[in-house]
Amino acid sequence: MANPHLSGGRKLALHYFGVAMVLFMAQLLFGLLAGLQFIFPSFLYEILDFNVNRMVHINAMVVWMLYGFMGSVYWFLEDESGVEIVGLKWGQLAFWVLTGAVAVVVLVYLLIQIGSGSDTSLWLINEGREYIEAPRWADIGIVAVMLVFFYNVAATFAAGQWSGIAGVLTLDLVALAGLYLAGMFYVTNISVDQYWWWWVIHLWVEATWEVLVGCIMAWSLMKLLGVRRQVVQTWLYIEVALMFGSGILGLGHHYFWIGTPEYWFTIGGFFSALEPIPLVAMVVHSVYDAGVHRFKNSNHPALAWVIAHAFGNFLGAGVWGFMHTLPQINLYTHGTQWSASHGHLAFFGAYATINIAFFYLAAQQARGNVWMGGGLADGWRWKAALALLNIGVMGMTVALLIAGYEQSFIERAVEGSTWAGYFAAQNHPWFIQAMVWRMLFGLVTLTGGGLLFWDLLTIGRGEQRLAPIISEA
Amino acid sequence: MTEQIPRWAQESFWKKVAVWVTGGSFVLLVILTFDSMAKISAGGAKVPAYSVINLDVSYRYDKAKQRFQPVIGAEAPLFGKLLSENEAEQLVSLGKKTVQAKNCMNCHTLLGNGAYYAPDLTKAWLDQGWIAKESREQMMLNFLLDPENNARTFGSNRKMPNLDISQAEAEAVIAFLKWMSAIDTNGFPHNFIALGEGE
Repeated sequence: MANPHLSGGRKLALHYFGVAMVLFMAQLLFGLLAGLQFIFPSFLYEILDFNVNRMVHINAMVVWMLYGFMGSVYWFLEDESGVEIVGLKWGQLAFWVLTGAVAVVVLVYLLIQIGSGSDTSLWLINEGREYIEAPRWADIGIVAVMLVFFYNVAATFAAGQWSGIAGVLTLDLVALAGLYLAGMFYVTNISVDQYWWWWVIHLWVEATWEVLVGCIMAWSLMKLLGVRRQVVQTWLYIEVALMFGSGILGLGHHYFWIGTPEYWFTIGGFFSALEPIPLVAMVVHSVYDAGVHRFKNSNHPALAWVIAHAFGNFLGAGVWGFMHTLPQINLYTHGTQWSASHGHLAFFGAYATINIAFFYLAAQQARGNVWMGGGLADGWRWKAALALLNIGVMGMTVALLIAGYEQSFIERAVEGSTWAGYFAAQNHPWFIQAMVWRMLFGLVTLTGGGLLFWDLLTIGRGEQRLAPIISEA
Repeated sequence: MTEQIPRWAQESFWKKVAVWVTGGSFVLLVILTFDSMAKISAGGAKVPAYSVINLDVSYRYDKAKQRFQPVIGAEAPLFGKLLSENEAEQLVSLGKKTVQAKNCMNCHTLLGNGAYYAPDLTKAWLDQGWIAKESREQMMLNFLLDPENNARTFGSNRKMPNLDISQAEAEAVIAFLKWMSAIDTNGFPHNFIALGEGE
């Protein structure tokens, strides 16, 4: 990608963003296939079964979000440190290794799908553990790539200047890479298996990812709105304190029903109830920052997505999460469509939105820091994509919530959780109706995703005006 | 300018808070993890030894605790074979590896975690869908070996695909499910009436 406007690190970031967008589309597509199978169970039966579609759906999501985060960090690394990226060649190599490995893993998922009950299958095909299904060889590869990424980040800051954002980011990446190791061994005991599995899943998603996003958000607020560094960094530390303070022991809300001791009821319940607090703080902070500047900013689409992030993170991760995490209600809602409802809004609200905001910041610079305010040519596209994606995901979330209520009452409370009770809930017209609504809003989401992709490829092309300079408050 | 900012609103103050809160929480988590690991090892207080597959397993309401609990009963060997602790562990392990290699968790849920397209397997061994204790082992075996023709879809038309499970793997999966049903899951699922426990 020859681009006179971009440094080496930013060119590498664009590679990451490109793959992220492709994987985002794959996530939507395979989600749609899996959703269709809820309504038409014989659709693609024994060709691409639900388990394959669902696995590709959730794995594409995890991987595109990591690509988005890594791209965002490469994007602001030179700007934040004041020097060129140290070891960029290694970073470029790691990108191609990772992308090649992702392609091989996906092909194996689709073409080979399953193996015999042996270690060979777990090493080469699929580990069969939700969200971290990647075969063991790929796990080792991912850790190697993360080490290169970490080296790029830490060495660049060490060569240039350290800031508050740099310090938080570097320590967060140590935790992020370290936690992945907790999911890389086989044990027969499923309670022990699930205990460590949650270390990766929860501590990633509800702790290290949130803090990583906090760093990305902090940097974008300075660039987008001209917020003072001191203000942003103070908030970043407050968020780290609140996020880790509630999130690390909030892990306990996953330890109610997997064979773990009863004290997790108290610890998990208490810290879960605290978990929404940092997210409220984030909304207040973002809206306040935007309001202080009368929403004056250098990139309308990016700001719109940052605002979508603030609300989406608070609603999806905070409110939707808290609604069903206390053991008092979770006894009935655990393992129902409640979790799917929360998952859809939380991942979108907390992570997809901030990545998309960053894609727009990148698109603006890649085209020469062009105007991205009002009166932008074809400005309807980003607005329509924003509306369709948000309406689509919110619609799916509400439909799945209705299904979750129905399932909790009929399968769990009334029928006592037997298989007959499970199907009584799944066959109920109220459930099927909710799944049809989910499908319709899934199509809305897919349309929005396609439009977003198109817009990112074309926005700002041929634009002659330059972006306004936003000074610090 | 800086002098006017009160201490509690200063960047350096929150930096220290962030470090101490994170460190403190993590240390607590590590301590709790050591304790949990001791309690959930196989044969410990919450998770039974693998040889529990030689015994009758059920699930009943405990009045004192006000929740459902696994109940381990008299000798009832799986497929009529009494296994040593070591043999039982190997069989359960083959079962769990099969469950992972066949990607069961992306339709079913185990201990409530997984996908939601097919039933929870936490207490699958105890489900009344197997009709009677005498028919259970054979029905489970038939189902795993040929799910399409032994499908019990309860009118949903959702069928498990044929996953090329061998006879040995199928028996191991059943052993894994029986062992898992004996884990003390703190009363989850609630209200579940196990096979043979009456209405």
